[in-house]
Amino acid sequence: MTLGDIGVPVQSEQSGGPELVQLLTPEGERVHHPDYPLEVTAEEVRDLYRDLVLVRRLDVEATALQRQGELGIWASLLGQEAAQIGSGRALRPGDMAFPSYREHGVAWCRGVRPGELLSLYRGNDFGGWDPSETNLGLYSIVIGAQTLHATGYAMAMQRDGGEDASIAYFGDGASSQGDVNEAFVWASVFNAPVVFFCQNNQWAISEPIEKQSRIPLFQRARGFGFPGVRVDGNDVLACLAVTRAALDAARTGQGPTLVEAYTYRMGAHTTSDDPTRYRLASELEIWRLRDPIERVKAYLSRSGEADAAFFESVQEQSDELAGQVRSACVDMPDPHPLDIFTEVYAEKTPHIDAQRDGFAAYLDSFEGVQH
Amino acid sequence: MATFTLAKALNDGLRKAMEDDPKVLIMGEDVGKLGGVFRVTDGLQKDFGEDRVIDTPLAESGIIGTAIGMAMRGYRPVCEIQFDGFVYPAFDQIVSQLAKVHYRSRGKIKMPVTIRIPFGGGIGAVEHHSESPEAYFAHTAGLKVVACSNPADAYHMIRQSIASDDPIIFLEPKRRYWEKADFDPAAEPGPLHQARVVRPGSDVTVVAYGPMVKVALDAATAAEEDGRHLEVIDLRTLSPLDSGTVVESVRRTGRLVVVHEAPTTLGMGSELAARVTEQAFYSLEAPVLRVGGFDTPYPPSRLEEDFLPDLDRVLDAVDRSLAF
Ligand SMILES: Cc1ncc(C[n+]2csc(CCOP(=O)(O)OP(=O)(O)O)c2C)c(N)n1
Ligand SMILES: [Mg+2]
Repeated sequence: MTLGDIGVPVQSEQSGGPELVQLLTPEGERVHHPDYPLEVTAEEVRDLYRDLVLVRRLDVEATALQRQGELGIWASLLGQEAAQIGSGRALRPGDMAFPSYREHGVAWCRGVRPGELLSLYRGNDFGGWDPSETNLGLYSIVIGAQTLHATGYAMAMQRDGGEDASIAYFGDGASSQGDVNEAFVWASVFNAPVVFFCQNNQWAISEPIEKQSRIPLFQRARGFGFPGVRVDGNDVLACLAVTRAALDAARTGQGPTLVEAYTYRMGAHTTSDDPTRYRLASELEIWRLRDPIERVKAYLSRSGEADAAFFESVQEQSDELAGQVRSACVDMPDPHPLDIFTEVYAEKTPHIDAQRDGFAAYLDSFEGVQH
Repeated sequence: MATFTLAKALNDGLRKAMEDDPKVLIMGEDVGKLGGVFRVTDGLQKDFGEDRVIDTPLAESGIIGTAIGMAMRGYRPVCEIQFDGFVYPAFDQIVSQLAKVHYRSRGKIKMPVTIRIPFGGGIGAVEHHSESPEAYFAHTAGLKVVACSNPADAYHMIRQSIASDDPIIFLEPKRRYWEKADFDPAAEPGPLHQARVVRPGSDVTVVAYGPMVKVALDAATAAEEDGRHLEVIDLRTLSPLDSGTVVESVRRTGRLVVVHEAPTTLGMGSELAARVTEQAFYSLEAPVLRVGGFDTPYPPSRLEEDFLPDLDRVLDAVDRSLAF
């Protein structure tokens, strides 16, 4: 028996296969899908385009800031803009998103300001935004852990009534973690209103998707008892429609959905990584032709829904944003050494206070001392 | 004699272990083509093949759990945990399973599993990349825990750990990976589970391990200028803990300062303080002092220089000990 005999498709040329949901082809042609009708106005498409361009610019600027020593590290979202903007714009204000560490596009949609986003990567804090204000959880660097939090949060939403849903972002690599598989079990048996949004960017640092799974990831959902769908992760319209449908299912008591956004990590894993050690440039060439922004631009131009003046204004806005990102980063005040001791507990303990006071006195002892 | 970085010494030690014993396997995330994020396994997959250097799915519990199965069948897995903060998903497999197999099977099943963990801070990393989890493991019966501090020890200790029939948590001081030293790989190493006096002295004993050995040695050099002679001990083995070497030293100096990055509460310093009090009470001229991380989560990297013990904090403790 071969893999094909048991229904395991051969993933040729990384095309995503016949079940890929697509509403906008890489050439910018609008296509329709029977299960995912999407009514969008010209203005909405222009807004999505603007989002895509702006988060890419934010990302490029952050990468530059890391190179200049202003950030400790940066995890680039290059290539994954559509997956993040499409799904992020499908969220309603009351929904709760649980990101991994690369979801800058989702953060953008949730209204996180550039400085709040960069402070973690600058080493100032663990994320500058307020999760309860933005409905975006803090970044999770421990792979997969947040999928359980999203599931528990959804179970709480379920108990509160109403139509809110939660969404968990994670990667193809994360799909191997026990936590993620446990989240699937929980969400399934409790029919929790949660969407599992997996960005399959084909790589987990140096490990290709084949090291994590023998079947397309979206098909795993079936074994857990809920639907899975593979969407073109470089197609912002399809990501919007598919995520919206999954969230609606969650809202209306139909339980979880696994969305596999089929995409590609165009950059290094992080600024510390050197992908030339483990993957071929030819792969990048295939995916460059599927760029998530170019296809929207082609569509807008061809359909006449946007003119040159629009593209120019987005360009100007993006330059402006780059400046804001830069100054938000370099003007960020350094944390104070005694910040180490704040917020360890909700109810203060004398022991931590004593350590803080001891360290303060120690620091004072250097006052005026040359060293 | 040859010059090695600590990372390269580990790489050579792993290579030698694999050459010597075909049962030795390497398992972990990105250990193959990439050679690990710190390049410690660089080139090993190319030379020993994908069956012996295994890029695993991304799940630490799976890495350790399957290593246990491999070991039951006579293999000697060397597992890499990519960063200290990512060992916790494997905690059950390490603490409830790996540590207890030999005991539960009444010695019928051996667990020659080595778990390599780059540990400690000082590299400006984001959260979960700078932790010092050694006390959890040293607290667990059935596990052995060692920490290397220099290239020569890295080379010999990794080979000795792989050769051991017990499960060993092998801690690598990640901020010292790129530091170099000369040594002769052919030289006969001392026993794995023995501390070492790395700088003799008569006034205060300073004990450290892993990344803090260099800090302790630098402090001793600085103290020398003030006429204070610090004896520095590289602990090397945290479980079994070689307190004998420490007690012997304290009998001569009468003073002990223990330095580690891990929070002081219930850290290795606490255990050493207790043992020294039990075994050398009448030799002590001052209470045992601990210099460690604070009892807070590891802070954001822009504050880590304040969190981590440094030369000044070691000298401050030395002053306090001598002033007592
Ligand atoms: C529990 C855990 N183990 C290991 C790591 C180290 N690590 C960081 S990112 C990564 C790969 C993740 O791949 P994937 O889930 O596909 O997400 P991507 O980075 O591609 O977005 C690894 C192994 C981690 N952060 N957490
Ligand atoms: Mg990935």
